[in-house]
Amino acid sequence: MMFNRIALEKRSSDSKTMSYLSPVLAILLTLISGGLLFASLGQDPFHALHTFFVAPLSDLYGWTELGTKVAPLLLCAMGLTLCFRAKIWNIGAEGQFILGGLGGGYIALELLDVEGLWVLPCVLIFGALCGMFWAALAALLKTRFGANEILTTIMLNYIALNWLLYGVHGPLKDPEGFNFPESAMLSEFTTLPVIFDDYRLNISIYFALFAAAVIWALMSKTLIGFQISVMGEDKAAARFAGFKETRLTWFVLLTCGALAGLAGVSEVTGPVGQLTPYISSGYGYTAIIIVFLGRMHPVGIVLASMLLALTYMGGEMAQMDLSLPKSLTGLFQGMLLFYLLACDLLISYRIVRKPASKNHSQSATQNINAQA
Amino acid sequence: MDIELITNILFATIRTGTPLILIALGEMVCEKSGVLNLGQEGMVLMGAVLGFIASVVTGHAGFGILAAIFAGMLMSVLFGFLAISLVSNQVATGLALTIFGIGLSAFLGAGYVGMAIDGITAWEIPYLSDIPIIGKILFSHDPLVYLSWGIFGLLFWCFKSTRLGLTIRAVGENPEAANAIGISVMKVRYGAVLFGGAMAGLAGGYLSIAYTPMWSEGMSAGRGWIALALVVFASWKAERILLGAYLFGAASIMHLVLQGLGFEASPNLLAMLPYAATIIVLVVLASDAVKTKLSTPLALGQPYRPQV
Amino acid sequence: MIRLAEKRLSKKGSTLTKLLTAATLAVSCNVASAADPLKVGFVYVGPTGDAGWTYAHDEGRKYMVDQLGDQVETTFVESVAEGADSERVIRQMAAKGHDLIFTTSFGYMNPTLKVAKRFPKVKFEHATGYKRGKNTGTYFARAYQGRYLTGLIAGKMTESNVIGYVASFPIPEVIRGINAFTKGAQEVNPDVKVKVVWASTWYDPAKEREAAETLILQGADILTQHTDSAAVIQAAQSKGKFAIGYHSDMSPYGAKAHLTATIHNWGALYTQKAKSVLDGTWKSEDLWPGIAEGVTDLAPLNDAIPADVKALVMAKKQEIKEGKARVFDGPVLNQAGEEVVPAGQSMSDNDLKGFNWYVNGVEGQLPKS
Repeated sequence: MMFNRIALEKRSSDSKTMSYLSPVLAILLTLISGGLLFASLGQDPFHALHTFFVAPLSDLYGWTELGTKVAPLLLCAMGLTLCFRAKIWNIGAEGQFILGGLGGGYIALELLDVEGLWVLPCVLIFGALCGMFWAALAALLKTRFGANEILTTIMLNYIALNWLLYGVHGPLKDPEGFNFPESAMLSEFTTLPVIFDDYRLNISIYFALFAAAVIWALMSKTLIGFQISVMGEDKAAARFAGFKETRLTWFVLLTCGALAGLAGVSEVTGPVGQLTPYISSGYGYTAIIIVFLGRMHPVGIVLASMLLALTYMGGEMAQMDLSLPKSLTGLFQGMLLFYLLACDLLISYRIVRKPASKNHSQSATQNINAQA
Repeated sequence: MDIELITNILFATIRTGTPLILIALGEMVCEKSGVLNLGQEGMVLMGAVLGFIASVVTGHAGFGILAAIFAGMLMSVLFGFLAISLVSNQVATGLALTIFGIGLSAFLGAGYVGMAIDGITAWEIPYLSDIPIIGKILFSHDPLVYLSWGIFGLLFWCFKSTRLGLTIRAVGENPEAANAIGISVMKVRYGAVLFGGAMAGLAGGYLSIAYTPMWSEGMSAGRGWIALALVVFASWKAERILLGAYLFGAASIMHLVLQGLGFEASPNLLAMLPYAATIIVLVVLASDAVKTKLSTPLALGQPYRPQV
Repeated sequence: MIRLAEKRLSKKGSTLTKLLTAATLAVSCNVASAADPLKVGFVYVGPTGDAGWTYAHDEGRKYMVDQLGDQVETTFVESVAEGADSERVIRQMAAKGHDLIFTTSFGYMNPTLKVAKRFPKVKFEHATGYKRGKNTGTYFARAYQGRYLTGLIAGKMTESNVIGYVASFPIPEVIRGINAFTKGAQEVNPDVKVKVVWASTWYDPAKEREAAETLILQGADILTQHTDSAAVIQAAQSKGKFAIGYHSDMSPYGAKAHLTATIHNWGALYTQKAKSVLDGTWKSEDLWPGIAEGVTDLAPLNDAIPADVKALVMAKKQEIKEGKARVFDGPVLNQAGEEVVPAGQSMSDNDLKGFNWYVNGVEGQLPKS
């Protein structure tokens, strides 16, 4: 097999040390292979890596931009964590994000001439409700009709995108915009306040951090969080314990929909400032990777979303400063993800040296004996 | 609608469905063995770019197809090493493979944009293609379409009545038990993943060598994702994949044909049709809920490592 | 690879000039700033390898580098999403000391303006948009002039009197193209009908091909497109029909079928803009060059086009070039056959920029959305 001399052995319990060390190791490996890759392209590897990871965060502006990118990712990822813990494979954060943005944006456009502090909360709440509604469709299809949520949510993503396109090409386009598929710019009363003057970072980062804290508390301190975990681990046991699977399914999907919807409306009332066909840059999909990289733990997810946001910014830097093509960013990102995933192995397994392993059938026999 | 129009719609339906069938059949085998590989899009693009490059370099479309298959397999080895040998999370590894594949294919193909090749042309089957209507719909395609049917037949037979099919299913249902009766779970899963990679690569080759003989970045335009949905939609049955892929193909063709017939509707609303249709068909199929659940590989997505 | 080499070369070049400048400085102490190359940045919406829109812009960038050599230093960022990311990229470029920044997609309009306000010394040029500022100009090519000329060819050469048009989204730019094309075809052949299929995508080769084949099925014997790939040309080639390309010369994809193509030479415009910044004459304006300036042009004409048609096209091209004729000179009829622009008048640029109705000869309804 793959390992003749070196074999993997399951640890009796997950290694705490390794759960901290493995990401460090992964990043080291990425740095080394990334350096080699850049060197082979005739770049100074140290300079290239610096451009990728350090330069984007060399000033306050960089950090605020990181926050701007992290906020929607984190909101989506926190919602997805809840679903994935319950083993509800919701791939639909993207669609819920888009519908939240579309719904919130629609209300904001309706209220374009209205002044008042109550306007913005209305817009945000309506956006979150729209995201919830989109997730509710998946929940209904799953609980009432038994339709697989992976499939329905992927399909709902496409449908949501087409609703957005319909909106900006049709009823929601800017009447003074020469027929281009964009809405008018939103008014200042429907724009999220920024945290620092001159920078784009707005209060949606607080929403995201707050959501992370709440989800963490929910998962670790409450009965419903416990029920979700049990349902994810063992459906039969959950049923045996009398947990209502249908209700839990609705709960995790609606929560995720609301958070993703909030992310969407925050993007529209924040950095984008209007409805366009491109309000999401694939946040809902990127968030899936983040959830797994963060090992479904809130702290891990915060770090993972920062790391992913950083690689995007680094990729832009590398194009500007080093004239490296965008495709290299994808290559580099893929590599980093591969290493991170591979190194996670060390948490639950240890590497041991074995004398050549011809004893495969023997181990199978042992297995049978053990089971008997 | 006249008969010629319908004939042509059905012909186009088959062609549109073919890449989806190739990818979905490969992924079906993969998932039946218990491995969920979300890296289809990346593997398809790698197949497309290497297939195209090989066609340009050698001047033979046949070599291109082989290279496409090889590229898909290479990518799946990478996936298999991480997800099977190193027991990493399959969903995340698959998504990472997609990101990697999109980047690498763009990187490798940068010098080949704007080049043209002859590609694979239609191969009308003698006599059969002379049958009115049916001959045009079924027997005037390029060889890869026939190949997709051949592979479909093979897989249908394999899972219906061979030991191999049973072995793959056993590994996907209960790897521990399969291991206990002396099946090497790792070998079966590697085999299934490699097959999935080969099929995705082939689908890429179909796009860049036969369907639209050219290379441009991201040319698969999301077909890998649709095929993934198709597998679940088909509840892991080869014959339903065939049906589903053609249904999807027909829906996307109709969206274009209806416009040409002067049917008035927003193109965006029309574009929703195939997706909405899939959900509706899914609901209808899933009312047969018990059956659907039974056909889901029980150990899908769960990593397995033999206890040594 | 070429890109990297080029960058290195230009860097070497600039070091050399810097050394020379230092030498001159030591001697005469004058003209110091002239040696610093003008930093020009490009923000692209797609990959440079898309063989369509972005590819054409990048060719333009390369042309400018060829023309101006050491005087400019260019960078670009490709596949920049038109969402929140674009503002960051544009701002980074401005912060990194670029003097002139081209943002090459409609979706960058508001982000460009937002950044421009913060960087008053940097010059911005936004393609396809309509909002300008003190230091932000807009530009586009009068591609519709090329469309009109290709419409003449199609109208003359069609035998079925049905011409197929694969379109992306019903925005003014695309509708303008359809109308100009149809007007050309109608002028030489009043029986001609143009059928439009909206593919609802800028870029999906397989789908574009299906749209093309659907049109062939409905009787079209000449096709043209407003999408990015060359799949429409390939479809025409394999069915023995003719096709007219867009963005760049697409004849490699089907030499027999490819009659010609409407192409953009952004390079001429980029060179001119960079020069104006170099000599201090840059001003914010709405630049809409076309055939006269060489920014819009036709790819070489296929030999299948009869000599008299070639002559007609060349004559019309010359008239447009000299300003004697304009594409939307009246009479312009709408689909119902009513005269919208009477003879002797012509549509204004503003009307053209907001086109939201079809001219006579286009079949079907313009989608409401």
